[in-house]
Amino acid sequence: MSCCAAIGADLVASDLQARARQQLRLAARPLGNGLIETQISVPDIHCGGCIQKIEAALGELPGVRSARVNLSTKRVTACWHETADPPPIIETLESIGYRANLYDPSADVKDAVLPELLRALAVAGFAASNIMLFSVSIWAGAEPQTRDLFHWISAIIALPALAYAGRPFFRSAFSSLRHGQTNMDVPISIGVSLAFAMSLFETMRHGPHAYFDASVSLLFFLLIGRTLDHVMRERARTAVKGLARLAPQGALVLRPDGSRTYVNLDGIAPGMRIALAAGDRVPVDARVVSGDSEIDCSLVSGESIPRIVTPGAALQAGTLNLTGALTVAATATAKESFLAEMIRMMEAAEAGRSVYRRIADRAARLYAPVVHTTALATFAGWTVFSGDVHLATTTAIAVLIITCPCALGLAVPMVQVMAARRLFEKGIMVKDGAAIERLAEIDSVVFDKTGTLTLGSPHLVASELLARDALTVAAAIAVHSNHPYSRAIAAAGRAAQEKAVAFDFVVEHPGFGLEARQGEVVYRLGRADWAFAAGAPPENAAGVVLSKDGRHVVHFRFEDRLRPGALEAVAELGRHGLSLIIVSGDADAPVQEMAAQFGVPAAARVLPAQKLDYVRSVTATGRRVLMVGDGLNDAPALAAAYASMAPATAADVGRNAADFVFLRESLLAVPQAVRIAREAAGLVRQNMAIAVVYNLFAVPLAVAGLVTPLVAAIAMSASSIIVVANAARLRGRTWRRGSSGAAAAAFTSLPLVSAGGR
Amino acid sequence: MIDFVYLIPISLALGAAGLAAFMWSLRSGQYEDLDGAAERILFDDDAKSAR
Repeated sequence: MSCCAAIGADLVASDLQARARQQLRLAARPLGNGLIETQISVPDIHCGGCIQKIEAALGELPGVRSARVNLSTKRVTACWHETADPPPIIETLESIGYRANLYDPSADVKDAVLPELLRALAVAGFAASNIMLFSVSIWAGAEPQTRDLFHWISAIIALPALAYAGRPFFRSAFSSLRHGQTNMDVPISIGVSLAFAMSLFETMRHGPHAYFDASVSLLFFLLIGRTLDHVMRERARTAVKGLARLAPQGALVLRPDGSRTYVNLDGIAPGMRIALAAGDRVPVDARVVSGDSEIDCSLVSGESIPRIVTPGAALQAGTLNLTGALTVAATATAKESFLAEMIRMMEAAEAGRSVYRRIADRAARLYAPVVHTTALATFAGWTVFSGDVHLATTTAIAVLIITCPCALGLAVPMVQVMAARRLFEKGIMVKDGAAIERLAEIDSVVFDKTGTLTLGSPHLVASELLARDALTVAAAIAVHSNHPYSRAIAAAGRAAQEKAVAFDFVVEHPGFGLEARQGEVVYRLGRADWAFAAGAPPENAAGVVLSKDGRHVVHFRFEDRLRPGALEAVAELGRHGLSLIIVSGDADAPVQEMAAQFGVPAAARVLPAQKLDYVRSVTATGRRVLMVGDGLNDAPALAAAYASMAPATAADVGRNAADFVFLRESLLAVPQAVRIAREAAGLVRQNMAIAVVYNLFAVPLAVAGLVTPLVAAIAMSASSIIVVANAARLRGRTWRRGSSGAAAAAFTSLPLVSAGGR
Repeated sequence: MIDFVYLIPISLALGAAGLAAFMWSLRSGQYEDLDGAAERILFDDDAKSAR
């Protein structure tokens, strides 16, 4: 299947493998009769080919009874025999090129709302179509006895259907009224119940008009809007939930008696000694006891160059141990660690953010009083002028039915579902519809650097300048290691299509590098002070050297490469009048270099709290900020910003805080999302206008007492269909004219954060 | 007029059957993976993927 980009199968150290299998067993759910079910999240599944490949590969494993891929949630459910050794499911998936993570079944809260909405929708649809059948024959001119019979049958169908399918609206209307507020559900509930009550009354006194069809089909249309709204949110939620968990869930604790046990994160107490293998994330704040290694802080602080640590160095939770095995002593519990601190700051920021009122709710606040006043005025007017209370009541209820916000209830969700769909096609997940509304209103963008504007993983610098044979040897050695630098060298070797070099053996010396032997020749690829013969001066420690029998062959340097599309994305956002700024926790030099490259102002060495303060201060000046960031240090700022976006590679906390998560590498996702959100906002306004125009025509008819059940049915269906059709026009291709006016003039008005300090 | 006696129950029963069928398909998880179902229909080897 050529459409599935294979992500080269990396060799994984055997102790990691054993632990993964142990976790596989822990995360499993027994099904009874000796079978165990495990859910694995595979975020790269995206086509039918992937389904076949994965199901075939897993199905062949011994002990696995069945494997089924769910493409929507990007998960694999594997069912295996309890007696068997845990099958190497994760390893198999990785060997065919899919990143795989165990899915934590405890995090899976079953969505109870969707089935309820769907059942209500089905019942309303059934009732509406059946009642409509009877109504059509009545409109066609049935005899009075037949008409009464049909009205009675309609009433018998409508009563249970309304009681069942109307519950989502009645519940919400009731709870809103109890708090002394109104929302869209209040006029809906009143309209639907009054229409039914009046129709029942008319039926009993053999009246010619009954509105059973109107009240049930109204509910049906509204439920469609409600269900779509819910499906959209749920889909994004499950997709984001299925991404890799980057935070460690536990650690290997060294007991004083020398035994090692895998302890959950909550069970780690200060003072415990933890064995940290290369490739592990630091579970809690800790201090190094023994061992040397390099620590990747990019996700935590935004520093792009790994930090070298020796015994005594302090480690922050969430950083990644790159090179060597370390023994560390915990200095804090999980609840007091850096990670938990970020989560607290984020929650505080979220609570402080002014509550955003969704457009539909704002419309309902205006709409509900107007509808109720009009109905009351109609009742009063007809009572005074005709003196017939029954006629006045009928007309007033007809006003309520015709103004029931049917089109309004569909206007916003339909557009947002279309927008979410377009975004999804471009690999962007949306948390909820309100996020799309907010994104359309932003006027400034704050970028994080490491991992957002850049990819956050090292790439070989200027590999074309290197001697080819040196790269050949280095790449052949590097494939034996999982270290990011080794991967970068191996990737460069693959890109240059080097032939494989055979070695007698290759050994990894954790914390130092790799040693390979080819006959009498010894190659060393790793830290300079180790690779050179004793006495050689240690060179720039950030790089890696290749030595042959202790003599220098070549020095590899690494850089964090720009995310694809970053320059275009920033340029496009700037062109459309958004003021941009880079705020990074990294050192001055790389940040200023980046700022010059993008032509955007930047602030360096910004602490997480300062990022948060910055977003708040800009918001206080009346601006609406879009925060784009990936790290733990960005999470509070993401939560505080008016709208926020994070790449799928972001830290878990940041991803949860963000309104949008983009799954593809390219940063062009940001302007795309802004474009779609703005187009959606335009369509929402159009739909609102359509709903208002509909009311301008329909309400006078209703007030004049001219609305028969036939007119009500046609008017409501027509307005709903128009609104849905208008929403379907959302394409998400080009910027609309006019938004490209005020350009970079706004740059200067953004206050720059003072670097460092505080 | 007498036709109603059997025509109306038949129409209601047909509608109710449709409703029941939908409820059954909802409960048996046929809507859990709509994207996957759209792809699976294109697979050739029914025997393998139907396991």
